[in-house]
Amino acid sequence: MTASQVERERFVRGRSCIQPSLSIALVALGLFPGLSHAAENRADLMQAHRGGTVRVVAKSAGGTIDPQINYAPLYWSYYGGVYDGLVTFRKAGGTDSLTIVADLAEAMPSVENAGKTYVFKLRKGIKFSNGKDLTTDDVVASFQRIFKVSSPTSGTWYKDIVGADACLAKPADCTLDGGVVADKSKWTITINLTAPDGEFLDKLSMPHASILPAETVGKDVGIDPIPGTGPYAFESYDPNKALIWARNPHFKEWSVEAQPDGYADRFELRFGLTADAQVNAIINDQADVMFDQPPASRLAELGTRFPTQVHLDPQLAFWYLPLNVNLAPFDNLKARQALAHAIDLKAVVNFFGGRNLATPTCQILPPGMQGYKPFCLHTKDPGSKWTAPDLEKAKQLVDESGTKGQTVTILTEDGEISRNIGSYLQSVLNQIGYNANIKSISGNIHYGYIQNTSNKVQISVTQWYADYPAASDFLNVLLGCGSFREGSDSSPNISGFCDKDLQAQMDKALALGITDQAGELWAAIDQGMMKQVPLIPLFNPKQVTLVSKRMGNFQFSKATNTWAYTLGWVR
Amino acid sequence: MATEPAFGSAVPTLSDDSRARGPWTQALHRFSRDGSALAAALVLVVVVVASLLAPIYAGRIAGVDPFSSNLEGEITLAGENIPVLAPSTEGLGIGVIPIGPTWQLNTYFLGADEQGRDVLARLLYGGRATLFIGSASTAITLVLAAFVGICAGFFGGWIDRVLSRVLDILWAFPIYLLAISLSIVLLNSRIELGPLVIDSSSLIIPIIIIGVIYVPYVARPIRGQVLALRKSDFVTAAIGLGVPPHRILARDILPNVITTLIVFVPLMMALNIATETALSFLSLGVQSPGASWGTIIRDGQSLLYSRPWVSTAPGLVIIVTIVALNILGDGVRDAFDPRAKLRP
Repeated sequence: MTASQVERERFVRGRSCIQPSLSIALVALGLFPGLSHAAENRADLMQAHRGGTVRVVAKSAGGTIDPQINYAPLYWSYYGGVYDGLVTFRKAGGTDSLTIVADLAEAMPSVENAGKTYVFKLRKGIKFSNGKDLTTDDVVASFQRIFKVSSPTSGTWYKDIVGADACLAKPADCTLDGGVVADKSKWTITINLTAPDGEFLDKLSMPHASILPAETVGKDVGIDPIPGTGPYAFESYDPNKALIWARNPHFKEWSVEAQPDGYADRFELRFGLTADAQVNAIINDQADVMFDQPPASRLAELGTRFPTQVHLDPQLAFWYLPLNVNLAPFDNLKARQALAHAIDLKAVVNFFGGRNLATPTCQILPPGMQGYKPFCLHTKDPGSKWTAPDLEKAKQLVDESGTKGQTVTILTEDGEISRNIGSYLQSVLNQIGYNANIKSISGNIHYGYIQNTSNKVQISVTQWYADYPAASDFLNVLLGCGSFREGSDSSPNISGFCDKDLQAQMDKALALGITDQAGELWAAIDQGMMKQVPLIPLFNPKQVTLVSKRMGNFQFSKATNTWAYTLGWVR
Repeated sequence: MATEPAFGSAVPTLSDDSRARGPWTQALHRFSRDGSALAAALVLVVVVVASLLAPIYAGRIAGVDPFSSNLEGEITLAGENIPVLAPSTEGLGIGVIPIGPTWQLNTYFLGADEQGRDVLARLLYGGRATLFIGSASTAITLVLAAFVGICAGFFGGWIDRVLSRVLDILWAFPIYLLAISLSIVLLNSRIELGPLVIDSSSLIIPIIIIGVIYVPYVARPIRGQVLALRKSDFVTAAIGLGVPPHRILARDILPNVITTLIVFVPLMMALNIATETALSFLSLGVQSPGASWGTIIRDGQSLLYSRPWVSTAPGLVIIVTIVALNILGDGVRDAFDPRAKLRP
């Protein structure tokens, strides 16, 4: 069995159930710290570490506090301890987190009707933070609300629920009639889909599918927090100052895996500090965790002086260069191949902090993902990994493409790493025969701007962090025909790439769900995409988190790319 | 007691000394006795000459290309090969730091920036861009301001009213907000005016922007001076004698205004250099991979903790240059126009 097969097998198993014997062995070896702690007497740990306030710092606020609307990493990191869905990713660190477990549902759903019907039995005795009991009405209303508030993923993740079409057309009148059905007597929720969706449970594990009180208004609540069922409840939110959340007085732990009670009593997320200032605050014991990555220029200092306070965690993510396949010169395959051959990935990795923080990659799927088979087509010696840039070949391809001398504008965000990659890219493009210039715009508008075809962006520097751990969340979202919307700021297929054959293969793989056959198919699609180079992958990053000396049991969830903060303690 | 010199005076009163040595000679004489101004001029000469020698330093002494990334480059220092961008090998082994100052003229004297480029080479090239933009925009400011101020002051009437209102509008804008707005608009795409095409990376764009925004600062005092000159006896006499306006402007007005303009040269240049560096720092002036002192400060911003020289070197050069220009400006003012209090 190859290393990649081991990875894949681990992933596939991880999403169903971890074999008890394997878990015990790994716990004994200390490889699953999350399980290791779980295996200890939880009551003792609680007694020893319960209490205290965790001080988190971030550059700026993350917009609306509404969990069904917000789509920003900052609050997605913290919704997990405040809200619950019917199912969720296990609250644990590393690959442990990749398992989906029942949350507000008593058990994992029974899947019927050839994968088109999911039946959940709701847990009893759960209360919202306002004291109200959770009922099946809250579940139905929450699914309706996804459409009523035009959640950013209502038209993609939840469009296959029966009745979703009508809800998308007229959000205010959404009933999801026949789509989400409650049986009050049996305390069950039945969700009917129009077509099988192998990733439906992943999508139900996302904050947008949080279960909220039925009376929640059908519009963006802005800065007014909505009650949730988790161990914490938002107390106050001022986007210019801080977001505070503290213990939910009505919470009673129902599943350590799905929603464990938290150790800390209170969290204070303060805004307005630059990444440098956040580092200083933590070094000076004025904060416990920084949300933003430390600046690249301070990594060496942190890695040397504070190694025990720095956590490095692999992420299901990659940095890449979307090439607009509908605009010159990258509407020419040879021009795209040329640039892919010319880039020195080893050098680019340095901008992110070096080889211990990022791994060069030539493909879209990250390591550990279903269908991941390492390959590199555009390098000096094509094979399973990137070796070196091939400038001669790049120049030859530019000559053959007939695009030599054309002007290329690189659009980067104003962050340090993006800007550095952009400057390097400009240098490479000039070297292989183009006339390159670079423009930096604010990170607040960059992602929307580069998605919109009206802005005629030729090439940009960006990143993709998986919403949930599935191959389609990379391949179909970033390069699927359905993800390309002309003139829209919400068109994640930035390249504007659409290949009917590859799309058909993706549709087939999606229907197959988590199977070996689907894995093989995703691997072939990954290669098929990269033969056409609609984007140039650069590297798979690791998350760098700096925490205070007193911060204990820090664990990073690979499934959600977030800190599993309810597991951390400061006492 | 000697009387005041002619410069800046609407009705010159000439002393014996002045008759013996013309006003220009007197001004130069006064200037040559001003030690501070001479020192400032010397500093400026050094800065200008060093900047002009940038290609010689980069090409022949250091042997580097200051406009291309050098991410995999190595240098030999004391017989040892050292990477220009060195990955950390201590602790967790994270982070990559550019080489610091070697203090050896032929190899990364001030170290490298995050792209592995020689900071000193970029500093010298940056000086060329900054000084060129500062000088050219000053020329634009003074020419436009002289034209507007003289026309408004001399012709009066509706011409004065229109020009004065335009100056008022420009004056009303916060200067940096105006500059940033113009930069964003002009840098977003290249400018095409018939056969004239200006690329978005051209230095002409920041020159025009900076040159235009400061016109009111000079035009207003010029207009005021011309208004006074317009009512002076010698101009009234010339008009009464039927001398055409263009001759009055050329022979009576301009010579009296030119000294004010000369006094403004170093002061405006200092102001324009500060504005250029600010705009470039905000990515709205000189465009990458070009260098100006402002862009180098920006490049070094993220290295302040590990490689402070990347930012502080251009910062120091800017301070030295602007202080020198201001001292020179004071010297020129004292030499040419001792009674004026012209500070923009």
